[in-house]
Amino acid sequence: MEKQNLRQMGPGVPDFEQTLENHGLFLERGETHTCQVNLGLLCNQVCKHCHLSAGPDRKELMDLDTIFQVVEFTQKTGCKVVDITGGAPEMNPHLPVLIDKMAGLEKVLMLRSNLSALYDANDPGLLDLLVKHQVTIVSSLPSLNLSQTDAQRGQGVFEKSIMALKLLNDRGYGKEGTGLVLDLVSNPTGAFMPTDQIIAEKRFRQVLREKWGIVFSHLFTFANMPLGRFEAWLKKKGTYTRYLQSLWKGFNPCTVEGLMCRNLISISWDGYLYDCDFNQAAALPMANLRTHIQDVTKIDLHHQKIACGNHCYACTAGSGFT
Amino acid sequence: METYYDPEDLLKFEEIGKDAPELAQKFFEYYGQVFAEGDLTAREKSLIALAVAHTIQCPYCIDAYTKGCLEKGSNLSEMTEALHVATAIRGGASLVHGIQMRNIVEKMSM
Repeated sequence: MEKQNLRQMGPGVPDFEQTLENHGLFLERGETHTCQVNLGLLCNQVCKHCHLSAGPDRKELMDLDTIFQVVEFTQKTGCKVVDITGGAPEMNPHLPVLIDKMAGLEKVLMLRSNLSALYDANDPGLLDLLVKHQVTIVSSLPSLNLSQTDAQRGQGVFEKSIMALKLLNDRGYGKEGTGLVLDLVSNPTGAFMPTDQIIAEKRFRQVLREKWGIVFSHLFTFANMPLGRFEAWLKKKGTYTRYLQSLWKGFNPCTVEGLMCRNLISISWDGYLYDCDFNQAAALPMANLRTHIQDVTKIDLHHQKIACGNHCYACTAGSGFT
Repeated sequence: METYYDPEDLLKFEEIGKDAPELAQKFFEYYGQVFAEGDLTAREKSLIALAVAHTIQCPYCIDAYTKGCLEKGSNLSEMTEALHVATAIRGGASLVHGIQMRNIVEKMSM
């Protein structure tokens, strides 16, 4: 049914795969070096742009058996990087187990944090673990403005985010010479395109330092994905078609080669494989075949066609989603 | 209801070049350079454009630069303050002409 929705695009928006073809492009997998693990849809926030519609009422969480299967799977694939996401991964009680196991296998680890969950967890043991294994933290901060941030992510989130960033800085995150990487991700706080990444990074660096004494490593700006809760919000506002047209008009063929789906494999909370986290929301499994990690015996993904939908325009608009 | 303004017309702006292409090309090149990063940032220039758009009350410009300001990273507080700058100048321009009024009254009155 969700696949059908993807086909029912607004007027004047051509099929994504047709657009690729028109540019002589074909989206296929390169070397898979990253496993993205979604620990569940449980989240302390109800963000209006969330493509997975995560929130406090969601019960889906990766269990311990699946976590062990994921560890085994990453060994089979030879992935060098493990990118942990959610929901709020901090709310899965098995997060420390996953980090410990993966660190033991010498994987480079990334944790996607909404910051408020990290702050609310108030768990020095978790921070110790992140520091010990030099886990890169990729955190969400859409705007330097309280109203915009809270409008997207919920009341009080901006202040908690600032406090969490200070906490991370106190542990050495984002500071040169510590090896502890603290990256920020800024998504637009509405139905418009993201700010130029270089310009936004410069401004965030200046304002965060001057106002709060906060430092960070890099900032990435990404377009919002017209799926899940954001798709519902766009339709409620009557801007769905116009937003899709903006994404399509911003199509940049140069982004295709560097798209993250070419080098990443995404595992859902229940252990199924996807080309990316967005395809989980779009119910588009890898190779259009629903496959569980425990059923995978041989991994040869190179040149495999990537499952696409028109939501993919969000990753190819402007400077793209890499 | 039919009106003189249609939001879709904004998307057709470049069609203005169909019957005077060289002039249009020069205008759009100039326009693009004006809004590029310079000693003023593109974000600051968009805020100025938004304020001017309200002063000249151009619905196309208000549409374009409201979106432009958001996409350049501005927020509603900053955009509202920019409008107040335009409003203050516009209101001030009226009020300062009150000096003319006072001069005339002074000449004519006992």
